[in-house]
Amino acid sequence: MSLSPSARSPKYAAFSLRRVFAMVLRHSYLLATSWPRLLDLMYWPAVQMLMWGFLQIYVSQNSGAVVQTATTFIGAVMLWDVLFRGQLGFSISFLEEMYARNMGNLMMSPLRPIEFVLALTIQSVIRLSIGMVPVSFLAIWFFDFNLWGMGLALAVFFMNLLLTSWAIGIVVSGVLLRHGLGAENLAWGLMFLMLPFTCVYYPVSVLPSWLQVVAWTLPPTYVFEGMRALLIDHVFRADLMVQAFALNAVLFAAGVAVFLVLLRSARREGTLLQGGD
Amino acid sequence: MLAPAPSPIAIDRLVKRYKTVTAVDGISFTIEAGSCTALLGGNGAGKTTTISTIMGLVEPTSGHVTVLGVEMPRHRHRVLHRMNFESPYVNMPMRLTVRQNLNVFGMLYGCDDIAGRIRTLSEEFDMGEFLDRPAGKLSAGQKTRVAVAKSLINDPEILLLDEPTASLDPDTADWVRGRLEHYRRERGATVLLASHNMSEVERLCDRVIMLKQGKIEDDDTPAGLIARYGRSNLEEVFLDIARGTGEAREAAQ
Repeated sequence: MSLSPSARSPKYAAFSLRRVFAMVLRHSYLLATSWPRLLDLMYWPAVQMLMWGFLQIYVSQNSGAVVQTATTFIGAVMLWDVLFRGQLGFSISFLEEMYARNMGNLMMSPLRPIEFVLALTIQSVIRLSIGMVPVSFLAIWFFDFNLWGMGLALAVFFMNLLLTSWAIGIVVSGVLLRHGLGAENLAWGLMFLMLPFTCVYYPVSVLPSWLQVVAWTLPPTYVFEGMRALLIDHVFRADLMVQAFALNAVLFAAGVAVFLVLLRSARREGTLLQGGD
Repeated sequence: MLAPAPSPIAIDRLVKRYKTVTAVDGISFTIEAGSCTALLGGNGAGKTTTISTIMGLVEPTSGHVTVLGVEMPRHRHRVLHRMNFESPYVNMPMRLTVRQNLNVFGMLYGCDDIAGRIRTLSEEFDMGEFLDRPAGKLSAGQKTRVAVAKSLINDPEILLLDEPTASLDPDTADWVRGRLEHYRRERGATVLLASHNMSEVERLCDRVIMLKQGKIEDDDTPAGLIARYGRSNLEEVFLDIARGTGEAREAAQ
Protein backbone atom coordinates (compact mmCIF):
# COMPACT_ATOMS: atom_id res chain seq x y z
CA MET A 1 0.00 0.00 0.00
CA SER A 2 1.41 3.39 -0.92
CA LEU A 3 1.23 6.42 1.29
CA SER A 4 -1.06 9.28 0.36
CA PRO A 5 0.74 12.43 -0.85
CA SER A 6 -0.09 14.18 2.41
CA ALA A 7 1.48 11.41 4.46
CA ARG A 8 4.65 11.64 2.37
CA SER A 9 4.95 15.36 2.80
CA PRO A 10 8.03 16.45 4.75
CA LYS A 11 5.82 18.84 6.74
CA TYR A 12 3.78 15.91 8.01
CA ALA A 13 5.87 14.92 10.99
CA ALA A 14 4.70 12.90 13.97
CA PHE A 15 6.76 15.14 16.21
CA SER A 16 8.38 18.48 15.48
CA LEU A 17 10.75 20.34 17.78
CA ARG A 18 10.17 23.41 15.64
CA ARG A 19 6.50 23.47 16.61
CA VAL A 20 7.47 23.06 20.27
CA PHE A 21 9.88 25.97 19.90
CA ALA A 22 7.16 28.04 18.20
CA MET A 23 4.95 27.69 21.28
CA VAL A 24 7.81 28.47 23.66
CA LEU A 25 8.60 31.52 21.54
CA ARG A 26 4.95 32.61 21.60
CA HIS A 27 4.92 32.63 25.42
CA SER A 28 8.36 34.22 25.65
CA TYR A 29 7.13 37.07 23.45
CA LEU A 30 4.25 37.48 25.89
CA LEU A 31 6.42 37.52 29.02
CA ALA A 32 8.97 39.86 27.46
CA THR A 33 6.34 42.51 26.79
CA SER A 34 4.45 42.31 30.08
CA TRP A 35 6.20 43.50 33.24
CA PRO A 36 3.11 42.85 35.43
CA ARG A 37 3.34 39.17 34.45
CA LEU A 38 7.06 39.09 35.26
CA LEU A 39 6.52 40.81 38.61
CA ASP A 40 3.71 38.42 39.50
CA LEU A 41 6.06 35.48 38.98
CA MET A 42 8.36 36.76 41.76
CA TYR A 43 5.90 38.46 44.08
CA TRP A 44 4.25 35.55 45.95
CA PRO A 45 7.36 33.35 46.22
CA ALA A 46 9.19 36.32 47.77
CA VAL A 47 6.35 37.11 50.21
CA GLN A 48 6.03 33.44 51.23
CA MET A 49 9.76 33.04 51.73
CA LEU A 50 9.99 36.16 53.90
CA MET A 51 6.99 35.19 56.06
CA TRP A 52 8.14 31.61 56.70
CA GLY A 53 11.73 32.75 57.15
CA PHE A 54 10.83 35.12 59.96
CA LEU A 55 8.59 32.46 61.52
CA GLN A 56 11.55 30.07 61.40
CA ILE A 57 13.72 32.60 63.20
CA TYR A 58 11.05 33.10 65.87
CA VAL A 59 10.49 29.36 66.48
CA SER A 60 14.23 28.66 66.48
CA GLN A 61 14.68 31.05 69.38
CA ASN A 62 12.69 28.63 71.53
CA SER A 63 13.89 25.20 72.58
CA GLY A 64 12.37 21.77 72.26
CA ALA A 65 11.81 19.06 69.70
CA VAL A 66 9.84 21.29 67.37
CA VAL A 67 12.88 23.44 66.73
CA GLN A 68 14.51 20.85 64.49
CA THR A 69 11.51 20.73 62.18
CA ALA A 70 11.11 24.48 62.29
CA THR A 71 14.60 24.94 60.87
CA THR A 72 13.32 23.44 57.62
CA PHE A 73 10.55 26.00 57.06
CA ILE A 74 12.38 28.08 54.45
CA GLY A 75 13.47 25.00 52.51
CA ALA A 76 9.94 23.60 52.73
CA VAL A 77 8.25 26.76 51.51
CA MET A 78 10.69 27.10 48.62
CA LEU A 79 10.23 23.50 47.52
CA TRP A 80 6.47 23.88 47.92
CA ASP A 81 6.72 26.87 45.61
CA VAL A 82 8.56 24.73 43.06
CA LEU A 83 5.59 22.34 43.16
CA PHE A 84 2.88 24.99 43.16
CA ARG A 85 4.52 27.47 40.78
CA GLY A 86 5.54 24.65 38.44
CA GLN A 87 1.90 23.65 38.05
CA LEU A 88 0.78 27.27 37.88
CA GLY A 89 3.38 28.05 35.19
CA PHE A 90 2.01 25.16 33.14
CA SER A 91 -1.66 25.96 33.70
CA ILE A 92 -1.37 29.73 33.27
CA SER A 93 0.42 29.34 29.95
CA PHE A 94 -2.50 27.16 28.90
CA LEU A 95 -5.02 29.65 30.28
CA GLU A 96 -3.32 32.46 28.34
CA GLU A 97 -4.40 30.69 25.14
CA MET A 98 -7.97 30.59 26.37
CA TYR A 99 -7.95 34.22 27.54
CA ALA A 100 -6.58 35.19 24.09
CA ARG A 101 -9.23 33.02 22.32
CA ASN A 102 -6.35 31.42 20.48
CA MET A 103 -7.16 27.78 21.26
CA GLY A 104 -9.08 27.27 18.00
CA ASN A 105 -6.09 28.52 16.01
CA LEU A 106 -3.79 26.08 17.81
CA MET A 107 -6.14 23.10 17.66
CA MET A 108 -6.61 23.67 13.92
CA SER A 109 -2.86 23.97 13.33
CA PRO A 110 -0.49 21.00 12.90
CA LEU A 111 0.55 21.38 16.55
CA ARG A 112 0.15 17.99 18.25
CA PRO A 113 -1.07 17.56 21.82
CA ILE A 114 2.26 16.09 22.91
CA GLU A 115 4.11 19.07 21.42
CA PHE A 116 1.75 21.45 23.17
CA VAL A 117 2.30 19.65 26.47
CA LEU A 118 6.07 19.68 26.00
CA ALA A 119 6.03 23.42 25.23
CA LEU A 120 3.98 24.02 28.38
CA THR A 121 6.48 22.06 30.51
CA ILE A 122 9.34 24.15 29.11
CA GLN A 123 7.35 27.30 29.76
CA SER A 124 6.68 26.09 33.29
CA VAL A 125 10.46 25.81 33.91
CA ILE A 126 11.05 29.27 32.42
CA ARG A 127 8.36 30.85 34.59
CA LEU A 128 9.56 28.99 37.65
CA SER A 129 13.14 30.08 37.08
CA ILE A 130 12.11 33.73 36.70
CA GLY A 131 10.23 33.51 40.00
CA MET A 132 12.42 31.24 42.11
CA VAL A 133 16.02 32.06 41.22
CA PRO A 134 15.88 35.67 42.53
CA VAL A 135 13.95 34.48 45.60
CA SER A 136 16.56 31.81 46.35
CA PHE A 137 19.23 34.54 46.42
CA LEU A 138 17.01 36.69 48.64
CA ALA A 139 16.85 33.74 51.07
CA ILE A 140 20.65 33.69 51.28
CA TRP A 141 20.74 37.42 51.91
CA PHE A 142 17.94 37.54 54.49
CA PHE A 143 18.23 34.24 56.31
CA ASP A 144 21.58 32.78 55.33
CA PHE A 145 19.65 29.85 53.81
CA ASN A 146 21.33 28.52 50.68
CA LEU A 147 18.94 26.34 48.70
CA TRP A 148 21.71 25.72 46.15
CA GLY A 149 23.81 24.21 48.95
CA MET A 150 21.64 21.08 48.69
CA GLY A 151 23.57 20.32 45.49
CA LEU A 152 22.57 17.16 43.64
CA ALA A 153 19.77 16.50 46.11
CA LEU A 154 18.15 19.77 45.08
CA ALA A 155 18.19 18.67 41.43
CA VAL A 156 16.49 15.39 42.38
CA PHE A 157 13.91 17.18 44.57
CA PHE A 158 13.34 19.68 41.79
CA MET A 159 12.79 17.04 39.09
CA ASN A 160 10.36 15.08 41.24
CA LEU A 161 8.33 18.13 42.19
CA LEU A 162 8.23 19.34 38.60
CA LEU A 163 6.99 15.96 37.37
CA THR A 164 4.14 16.08 39.89
CA SER A 165 3.33 19.69 39.01
CA TRP A 166 3.20 18.85 35.29
CA ALA A 167 0.99 15.83 35.87
CA ILE A 168 -1.50 18.00 37.76
CA GLY A 169 -1.12 20.79 35.17
CA ILE A 170 -1.92 18.38 32.33
CA VAL A 171 -5.11 17.19 34.06
CA VAL A 172 -6.19 20.79 34.77
CA SER A 173 -5.59 21.68 31.10
CA GLY A 174 -7.75 18.78 29.99
CA VAL A 175 -10.57 19.88 32.30
CA LEU A 176 -10.26 23.44 30.92
CA LEU A 177 -10.48 22.18 27.34
CA ARG A 178 -13.55 20.15 28.15
CA HIS A 179 -15.38 22.56 30.47
CA GLY A 180 -13.98 25.97 29.49
CA LEU A 181 -13.00 28.85 31.72
CA GLY A 182 -15.71 27.88 34.22
CA ALA A 183 -13.13 25.42 35.56
CA GLU A 184 -10.42 28.10 35.84
CA ASN A 185 -10.35 28.00 39.65
CA LEU A 186 -9.00 24.46 39.50
CA ALA A 187 -5.80 25.88 38.03
CA TRP A 188 -5.32 28.06 41.08
CA GLY A 189 -6.62 25.79 43.80
CA LEU A 190 -6.20 22.11 42.96
CA MET A 191 -2.62 21.88 44.20
CA PHE A 192 -3.64 23.15 47.66
CA LEU A 193 -5.57 19.91 48.11
CA MET A 194 -2.15 18.27 48.35
CA LEU A 195 -0.75 20.73 50.87
CA PRO A 196 -1.95 19.04 54.09
CA PHE A 197 -1.27 15.49 52.90
CA THR A 198 2.19 15.91 51.38
CA CYS A 199 3.50 17.07 54.77
CA VAL A 200 5.31 20.14 53.54
CA TYR A 201 5.95 21.67 56.98
CA TYR A 202 5.73 18.65 59.30
CA PRO A 203 6.81 15.00 59.24
CA VAL A 204 4.46 12.28 57.98
CA SER A 205 4.42 10.75 61.47
CA VAL A 206 2.24 13.67 62.63
CA LEU A 207 -0.69 12.40 60.52
CA PRO A 208 -3.16 9.78 61.78
CA SER A 209 -2.11 6.36 60.51
CA TRP A 210 -4.86 6.11 57.84
CA LEU A 211 -3.85 9.51 56.45
CA GLN A 212 -0.23 8.42 56.38
CA VAL A 213 -1.27 5.77 53.84
CA VAL A 214 -2.78 8.54 51.70
CA ALA A 215 0.32 10.71 52.14
CA TRP A 216 2.65 7.96 50.90
CA THR A 217 0.67 7.69 47.64
CA LEU A 218 1.71 11.27 46.79
CA PRO A 219 5.19 11.76 45.28
CA PRO A 220 5.86 15.17 46.93
CA THR A 221 5.58 13.54 50.38
CA TYR A 222 8.81 11.65 49.62
CA VAL A 223 10.52 14.85 48.57
CA PHE A 224 9.58 16.76 51.73
CA GLU A 225 10.57 13.83 53.94
CA GLY A 226 13.83 13.64 51.98
CA MET A 227 14.41 17.35 52.48
CA ARG A 228 13.95 17.04 56.25
CA ALA A 229 16.33 14.07 56.33
CA LEU A 230 18.89 16.17 54.45
CA LEU A 231 18.53 19.35 56.50
CA ILE A 232 18.11 17.76 59.95
CA ASP A 233 20.04 14.47 59.75
CA HIS A 234 22.32 15.44 56.84
CA VAL A 235 21.38 12.22 55.03
CA PHE A 236 20.33 11.99 51.38
CA ARG A 237 17.55 9.38 51.22
CA ALA A 238 17.97 7.94 47.71
CA ASP A 239 15.35 5.27 48.51
CA LEU A 240 12.70 7.97 48.98
CA MET A 241 13.65 9.62 45.70
CA VAL A 242 13.47 6.37 43.73
CA GLN A 243 9.97 5.74 45.12
CA ALA A 244 8.99 9.32 44.25
CA PHE A 245 10.18 8.89 40.66
CA ALA A 246 8.25 5.63 40.32
CA LEU A 247 5.05 7.21 41.63
CA ASN A 248 5.60 10.26 39.41
CA ALA A 249 5.92 8.04 36.35
CA VAL A 250 2.53 6.52 37.14
CA LEU A 251 1.00 9.93 37.95
CA PHE A 252 2.39 11.53 34.77
CA ALA A 253 1.16 8.69 32.55
CA ALA A 254 -2.25 8.89 34.23
CA GLY A 255 -2.28 12.68 33.71
CA VAL A 256 -1.57 12.31 29.98
CA ALA A 257 -4.23 9.59 29.66
CA VAL A 258 -6.84 11.78 31.42
CA PHE A 259 -5.87 14.74 29.19
CA LEU A 260 -6.35 12.68 26.01
CA VAL A 261 -9.71 11.39 27.21
CA LEU A 262 -10.84 14.95 28.02
CA LEU A 263 -9.53 16.23 24.66
CA ARG A 264 -11.53 13.54 22.87
CA SER A 265 -14.56 14.44 24.95
CA ALA A 266 -14.07 18.13 24.04
CA ARG A 267 -14.06 17.11 20.36
CA ARG A 268 -17.27 15.17 20.86
CA GLU A 269 -18.98 18.03 22.70
CA GLY A 270 -17.64 20.74 20.38
CA THR A 271 -16.06 22.80 23.15
CA LEU A 272 -12.65 23.34 21.48
CA LEU A 273 -13.78 26.51 19.73
CA GLN A 274 -15.69 27.90 22.68
CA GLY A 275 -13.54 28.21 25.79
CA GLY A 276 -16.15 30.28 27.64
CA ASP A 277 -17.71 29.30 30.92
CA MET B 1 -3.18 4.31 -14.70
CA LEU B 2 -3.22 6.77 -11.82
CA ALA B 3 -6.28 6.80 -9.59
CA PRO B 4 -8.22 10.09 -9.73
CA ALA B 5 -7.32 12.52 -6.95
CA PRO B 6 -9.82 12.43 -4.09
CA SER B 7 -12.18 15.38 -3.59
CA PRO B 8 -10.53 17.99 -1.38
CA ILE B 9 -13.52 17.77 0.95
CA ALA B 10 -16.00 14.89 1.05
CA ILE B 11 -18.81 14.58 3.57
CA ASP B 12 -20.81 11.40 3.75
CA ARG B 13 -24.01 11.13 5.83
CA LEU B 14 -22.61 13.39 8.53
CA VAL B 15 -24.60 13.53 11.76
CA LYS B 16 -23.63 15.58 14.78
CA ARG B 17 -25.72 15.52 17.93
CA TYR B 18 -25.02 17.50 21.09
CA LYS B 19 -26.96 15.73 23.84
CA THR B 20 -30.57 16.36 22.71
CA VAL B 21 -29.80 18.82 19.88
CA THR B 22 -29.11 17.59 16.36
CA ALA B 23 -26.85 20.23 14.82
CA VAL B 24 -26.17 18.37 11.57
CA ASP B 25 -28.59 15.74 10.32
CA GLY B 26 -27.19 13.36 7.74
CA ILE B 27 -25.72 15.70 5.14
CA SER B 28 -23.54 14.55 2.23
CA PHE B 29 -21.61 16.57 -0.32
CA THR B 30 -18.26 16.73 -2.05
CA ILE B 31 -16.37 19.82 -3.10
CA GLU B 32 -14.40 20.13 -6.30
CA ALA B 33 -10.76 21.10 -6.30
CA GLY B 34 -10.22 24.81 -6.97
CA SER B 35 -13.85 25.74 -6.37
CA CYS B 36 -15.35 28.23 -3.95
CA THR B 37 -18.42 26.91 -2.17
CA ALA B 38 -20.63 28.78 0.24
CA LEU B 39 -22.31 27.14 3.18
CA LEU B 40 -25.39 29.23 3.90
CA GLY B 41 -28.12 29.05 6.47
CA GLY B 42 -29.66 30.91 9.37
CA ASN B 43 -28.28 30.82 12.88
CA GLY B 44 -28.23 27.24 14.16
CA ALA B 45 -28.47 25.77 10.65
CA GLY B 46 -25.30 23.73 11.23
CA LYS B 47 -22.70 25.74 9.28
CA THR B 48 -20.16 26.18 12.07
CA THR B 49 -20.54 22.57 13.20
CA THR B 50 -19.98 21.36 9.64
CA ILE B 51 -16.89 23.53 9.21
CA SER B 52 -15.58 22.53 12.65
CA THR B 53 -15.97 18.88 11.68
CA ILE B 54 -14.04 19.47 8.48
CA MET B 55 -11.28 21.11 10.55
CA GLY B 56 -11.19 18.12 12.88
CA LEU B 57 -12.28 20.19 15.89
CA VAL B 58 -15.53 18.27 16.29
CA GLU B 59 -15.99 14.51 16.17
CA PRO B 60 -18.99 13.32 14.12
CA THR B 61 -21.69 11.33 15.89
CA SER B 62 -21.86 9.25 12.71
CA GLY B 63 -20.87 9.52 9.07
CA HIS B 64 -17.53 10.37 7.52
CA VAL B 65 -15.59 13.51 6.74
CA THR B 66 -12.51 13.23 4.55
CA VAL B 67 -10.16 16.05 3.68
CA LEU B 68 -7.62 15.51 0.88
CA GLY B 69 -8.44 11.83 1.15
CA VAL B 70 -7.77 11.66 4.89
CA GLU B 71 -10.39 10.72 7.51
CA MET B 72 -11.13 13.53 9.97
CA PRO B 73 -10.60 13.97 12.83
CA ARG B 74 -8.74 10.68 13.22
CA HIS B 75 -5.84 11.37 10.83
CA ARG B 76 -6.11 15.17 10.80
CA HIS B 77 -2.38 15.67 11.41
CA ARG B 78 -1.63 14.31 7.94
CA VAL B 79 -3.38 17.23 6.28
CA LEU B 80 -3.59 20.13 8.75
CA HIS B 81 -0.44 21.71 7.29
CA ARG B 82 -2.18 21.85 3.90
CA MET B 83 -5.24 23.74 5.10
CA ASN B 84 -6.04 26.82 7.16
CA PHE B 85 -8.99 28.82 8.39
CA GLU B 86 -10.24 32.18 9.49
CA SER B 87 -13.06 32.59 11.96
CA PRO B 88 -14.52 35.32 14.17
CA TYR B 89 -14.64 32.73 16.98
CA VAL B 90 -10.88 32.92 17.43
CA ASN B 91 -8.37 35.72 17.92
CA MET B 92 -4.65 35.95 17.76
CA PRO B 93 -2.72 36.73 20.96
CA MET B 94 -3.32 40.43 21.56
CA ARG B 95 -0.01 41.39 23.14
CA LEU B 96 2.08 39.88 20.38
CA THR B 97 2.83 42.05 17.39
CA VAL B 98 1.45 41.10 14.00
CA ARG B 99 4.93 40.00 12.90
CA GLN B 100 5.42 37.86 16.03
CA ASN B 101 2.02 36.22 15.55
CA LEU B 102 2.68 35.43 11.91
CA ASN B 103 6.14 34.14 12.81
CA VAL B 104 4.70 31.74 15.40
CA PHE B 105 2.02 30.47 13.03
CA GLY B 106 4.56 30.18 10.21
CA MET B 107 6.61 27.89 12.45
CA LEU B 108 3.57 25.88 13.54
CA TYR B 109 2.62 25.31 9.89
CA GLY B 110 6.17 24.36 8.91
CA CYS B 111 6.73 27.25 6.47
CA ASP B 112 10.20 27.35 4.94
CA ASP B 113 10.90 31.05 4.41
CA ILE B 114 8.77 32.68 7.08
CA ALA B 115 10.33 36.14 6.83
CA GLY B 116 9.79 36.13 3.06
CA ARG B 117 6.23 34.90 3.43
CA ILE B 118 5.44 37.61 6.00
CA ARG B 119 6.94 40.21 3.65
CA THR B 120 4.76 38.98 0.78
CA LEU B 121 1.60 38.89 2.88
CA SER B 122 2.42 42.28 4.34
CA GLU B 123 2.57 43.75 0.82
CA GLU B 124 -0.54 41.91 -0.39
CA PHE B 125 -2.62 42.92 2.63
CA ASP B 126 -1.08 46.33 3.07
CA MET B 127 0.06 45.58 6.62
CA GLY B 128 3.46 47.28 6.58
CA GLU B 129 2.24 50.19 8.66
CA PHE B 130 1.16 48.00 11.59
CA LEU B 131 3.33 44.90 11.22
CA ASP B 132 5.19 45.67 14.46
CA ARG B 133 2.14 46.84 16.41
CA PRO B 134 0.48 44.54 19.01
CA ALA B 135 -2.49 42.71 17.48
CA GLY B 136 -4.73 44.01 20.27
CA LYS B 137 -4.15 47.61 19.23
CA LEU B 138 -5.45 47.23 15.68
CA SER B 139 -8.77 48.40 14.31
CA ALA B 140 -11.41 45.78 13.44
CA GLY B 141 -10.52 46.07 9.77
CA GLN B 142 -6.81 45.67 10.40
CA LYS B 143 -7.47 42.66 12.65
CA THR B 144 -9.48 40.98 9.90
CA ARG B 145 -6.69 41.59 7.39
CA VAL B 146 -4.20 40.03 9.80
CA ALA B 147 -6.52 37.07 10.42
CA VAL B 148 -6.87 36.47 6.69
CA ALA B 149 -3.09 36.85 6.27
CA LYS B 150 -2.59 34.26 9.02
CA SER B 151 -4.95 31.91 7.20
CA LEU B 152 -2.72 32.16 4.11
CA ILE B 153 0.63 31.86 5.92
CA ASN B 154 1.12 28.25 4.81
CA ASP B 155 -0.15 28.80 1.27
CA PRO B 156 -3.04 26.38 1.97
CA GLU B 157 -4.69 24.14 -0.60
CA ILE B 158 -7.91 24.29 1.40
CA LEU B 159 -9.15 27.48 2.97
CA LEU B 160 -12.10 27.52 5.36
CA LEU B 161 -13.58 30.95 5.96
CA ASP B 162 -16.24 31.75 8.53
CA GLU B 163 -17.65 35.25 8.02
CA PRO B 164 -14.36 36.59 6.60
CA THR B 165 -15.61 40.15 6.16
CA ALA B 166 -17.83 40.52 9.23
CA SER B 167 -17.45 43.92 10.94
CA LEU B 168 -15.61 45.45 7.98
CA ASP B 169 -16.69 48.64 6.22
CA PRO B 170 -17.89 48.03 2.63
CA ASP B 171 -14.68 49.36 1.09
CA THR B 172 -12.35 47.18 3.18
CA ALA B 173 -14.66 44.17 2.83
CA ASP B 174 -14.60 44.56 -0.95
CA TRP B 175 -10.82 44.82 -0.88
CA VAL B 176 -10.47 41.64 1.25
CA ARG B 177 -12.81 39.77 -1.13
CA GLY B 178 -10.59 40.85 -4.00
CA ARG B 179 -7.52 39.44 -2.23
CA LEU B 180 -9.28 36.15 -1.50
CA GLU B 181 -10.44 35.85 -5.10
CA HIS B 182 -6.92 36.55 -6.30
CA TYR B 183 -5.45 33.94 -3.94
CA ARG B 184 -7.87 31.24 -5.05
CA ARG B 185 -7.20 31.93 -8.73
CA GLU B 186 -3.43 32.05 -8.36
CA ARG B 187 -3.12 29.08 -6.00
CA GLY B 188 -5.96 26.98 -7.38
CA ALA B 189 -7.09 26.63 -3.77
CA THR B 190 -10.36 25.12 -2.67
CA VAL B 191 -12.41 27.51 -0.56
CA LEU B 192 -15.36 26.76 1.72
CA LEU B 193 -17.06 29.86 3.00
CA ALA B 194 -19.75 30.44 5.60
CA SER B 195 -21.26 33.88 5.36
CA HIS B 196 -24.38 35.89 5.95
CA ASN B 197 -23.36 38.41 3.33
CA MET B 198 -25.18 37.36 0.17
CA SER B 199 -23.47 39.79 -2.16
CA GLU B 200 -20.16 38.36 -0.95
CA VAL B 201 -21.35 34.85 -1.77
CA GLU B 202 -22.60 35.89 -5.21
CA ARG B 203 -19.26 37.47 -5.97
CA LEU B 204 -16.91 34.80 -4.61
CA CYS B 205 -18.69 31.47 -4.91
CA ASP B 206 -19.52 29.20 -7.79
CA ARG B 207 -21.69 26.95 -5.66
CA VAL B 208 -24.07 27.43 -2.73
CA ILE B 209 -25.14 24.78 -0.25
CA MET B 210 -28.16 25.94 1.74
CA LEU B 211 -28.52 24.42 5.19
CA LYS B 212 -31.62 24.49 7.35
CA GLN B 213 -31.98 22.75 10.70
CA GLY B 214 -28.96 20.61 10.00
CA LYS B 215 -30.08 19.37 6.57
CA ILE B 216 -29.21 20.42 3.04
CA GLU B 217 -32.18 22.40 1.76
CA ASP B 218 -30.76 23.24 -1.66
CA ASP B 219 -27.52 23.05 -3.62
CA ASP B 220 -26.79 24.94 -6.83
CA THR B 221 -24.83 27.80 -8.38
CA PRO B 222 -25.84 31.28 -7.15
CA ALA B 223 -27.30 32.08 -10.59
CA GLY B 224 -29.09 28.73 -10.70
CA LEU B 225 -30.71 29.30 -7.31
CA ILE B 226 -31.78 32.83 -8.19
CA ALA B 227 -33.32 31.63 -11.45
CA ARG B 228 -35.11 28.62 -9.93
CA TYR B 229 -36.58 30.64 -7.10
CA GLY B 230 -37.58 33.40 -9.46
CA ARG B 231 -35.79 36.02 -7.41
CA SER B 232 -33.51 38.89 -8.30
CA ASN B 233 -30.71 38.15 -5.83
CA LEU B 234 -29.42 35.53 -3.41
CA GLU B 235 -30.65 37.36 -0.34
CA GLU B 236 -34.25 36.87 -1.45
CA VAL B 237 -33.56 33.20 -2.10
CA PHE B 238 -32.03 32.91 1.36
CA LEU B 239 -35.15 34.44 2.92
CA ASP B 240 -37.41 32.11 0.96
CA ILE B 241 -35.50 29.10 2.18
CA ALA B 242 -35.03 30.31 5.74
CA ARG B 243 -38.73 31.19 6.09
CA GLY B 244 -39.93 28.27 4.01
CA THR B 245 -41.92 30.67 1.82
CA GLY B 246 -44.35 28.48 -0.12
CA GLU B 247 -44.64 29.91 -3.60
CA ALA B 248 -40.98 30.40 -4.26
CA ARG B 249 -40.13 26.93 -2.98
CA GLU B 250 -42.75 25.32 -5.12
CA ALA B 251 -41.49 27.29 -8.07
CA ALA B 252 -37.98 26.08 -7.33
CA GLN B 253 -39.15 22.49 -7.22
